[in-house]
Amino acid sequence: MCLDVIITLLKIAIVFGFVLNVAAILSWAERKQSAVMQDRIGANRADVLGFRIFGLFHPIADTIKMLTKEDWVPPAGDAFIHTLAPFLALFTALVVFAVIPFGDTLHIAGRDIPLQIADLNVGILFIVAFGGLGFYSVVLAGWSSENKYSLLGSIRAAAQLISYELALGLSIVGVVMAYGSIELDDIVRGQGQYVLGVIPYWGIVAQPLGFILFFTAAMAETKRVPFDLPESESEIIGYFTEYSGMKFGAFWMGEFIEVISVAGVVTALYFGGWQIPFLSNQGIFIPGLFTIPLPHLLVVLLQVSAFGLKVLFFCWFMLLVRWTLPRFRYDQLMAFGWKFMVPLALVNIVVTGLIKYVF
Amino acid sequence: MKIVGHNLTTKESFYFFEIAKGLWITSRHFIYNMYFHIAHLLGKYPEVPAAVTVQYPEEKVPLSRRWRGRHRINARPDGSPRCVACMLCETVCPVQCIHIVAGEHPDPAIEKYPVSFEIDVTRCCWCGMCEEACPVDALYMDTGKSPEPGFSREDLLYRKEQLVKEMPLPGCQRSLNAPGQGPMEANPLGL
Repeated sequence: MCLDVIITLLKIAIVFGFVLNVAAILSWAERKQSAVMQDRIGANRADVLGFRIFGLFHPIADTIKMLTKEDWVPPAGDAFIHTLAPFLALFTALVVFAVIPFGDTLHIAGRDIPLQIADLNVGILFIVAFGGLGFYSVVLAGWSSENKYSLLGSIRAAAQLISYELALGLSIVGVVMAYGSIELDDIVRGQGQYVLGVIPYWGIVAQPLGFILFFTAAMAETKRVPFDLPESESEIIGYFTEYSGMKFGAFWMGEFIEVISVAGVVTALYFGGWQIPFLSNQGIFIPGLFTIPLPHLLVVLLQVSAFGLKVLFFCWFMLLVRWTLPRFRYDQLMAFGWKFMVPLALVNIVVTGLIKYVF
Repeated sequence: MKIVGHNLTTKESFYFFEIAKGLWITSRHFIYNMYFHIAHLLGKYPEVPAAVTVQYPEEKVPLSRRWRGRHRINARPDGSPRCVACMLCETVCPVQCIHIVAGEHPDPAIEKYPVSFEIDVTRCCWCGMCEEACPVDALYMDTGKSPEPGFSREDLLYRKEQLVKEMPLPGCQRSLNAPGQGPMEANPLGL
């Protein structure tokens, strides 16, 4: 019993350590990647004793700056809710990782350790629920600021999140139909099969349209460009205008954690989670040709690192999208969500159902 | 106001292909630049730049010969400023940052000299009109220096004694005579 608790705590430490560190590095990566994409060099001036290590001190410098800045609460606002909102943003983004499996079951010292913090039988619903809860932080932040423009920003955000929540949920239904389960562990295991013997039956193979819809809707949920109307740093005022110091930093980190969460969910649902094609428990396995046996620990290690790499790839891809596309206009955003994404998601469900029925 | 509209074609209205095209452009830049950044770290292809950035304080782009930097006053062979306090620069200055107090020069051929000559760089707009107005080969902006930040307004008030010591940037000298050299009569007014 005691050992179980320790193992669970260890898993939490590993997963959240990974997520929080990657979130900090993403704030550096966003600057650097945008710079490289635009033929620039990017942040490289933070200097500790003459070492610059490609600007990797910038996240630390940012944190020190935000922790030492004045933390201001609008006098007319609601101090408690104003403080609560950023923590809600962080919490809802972070807790999604609890249900994402990051490795196969680990057999060690006679124990079976599932490499997933909580194997909830409502896995996908949990993710959607906490994604939906995330928008409370936005609404509360705008409302408790006692600022008309923040409130308008949060209303914009709420409208956007509700619209895209629908497309998000409907596009997941396709995956649930394809693998016949809403448990993430089952879905990831289902992606270990092969179509025609050679093509791994990943979500992207089963649900190509579903993947595009889910990814777009999930990017809208992260409130980043091209869907960053809720905050829109440069012109219209967003919901966290009245925030300063580390509370603003919490929103900022929450956004990066959401990016990682979305990358994790996309990996788990559409890119095989921890599955590596042709690598099974027994070792490298080419159907009908040969198998090369590998030790169990090495296989699990490879699978966990494959999951990490896939997540990092999608983080990279989301930064790439963020620095490529301009922002939607508000009417375009709404029209795109309701007239394009939702009908397509419904079509996707119907087509998936037909294919399931025929085969 | 005329609004120029653009109706999306069928292919464009799907967004997807246009987004893929845009992503291809940016990721091409990313991969190309990343390749050369890594190559530079390994000491390969140093001649191919991976970014257009000039890392300013460490490296600088060569200045144009016409670049207008901090002012200087050209000196006569005896080290005194060539300025004759004619007030042309003070008059032409659009932001009134030059203040000259004239005095009588012992040499009757020269007539006047600046008792004090101050340039308030907090006001200077770097238009270069003073340089153009100067009739006696005295005021130039060819030092190739930018104004340095100061802690007080006093630090940013450049005086005659300081201005006369400034040297032109090698290769960018715009005065007829180098500071402290050249015949007295070699200037436009023969002074």
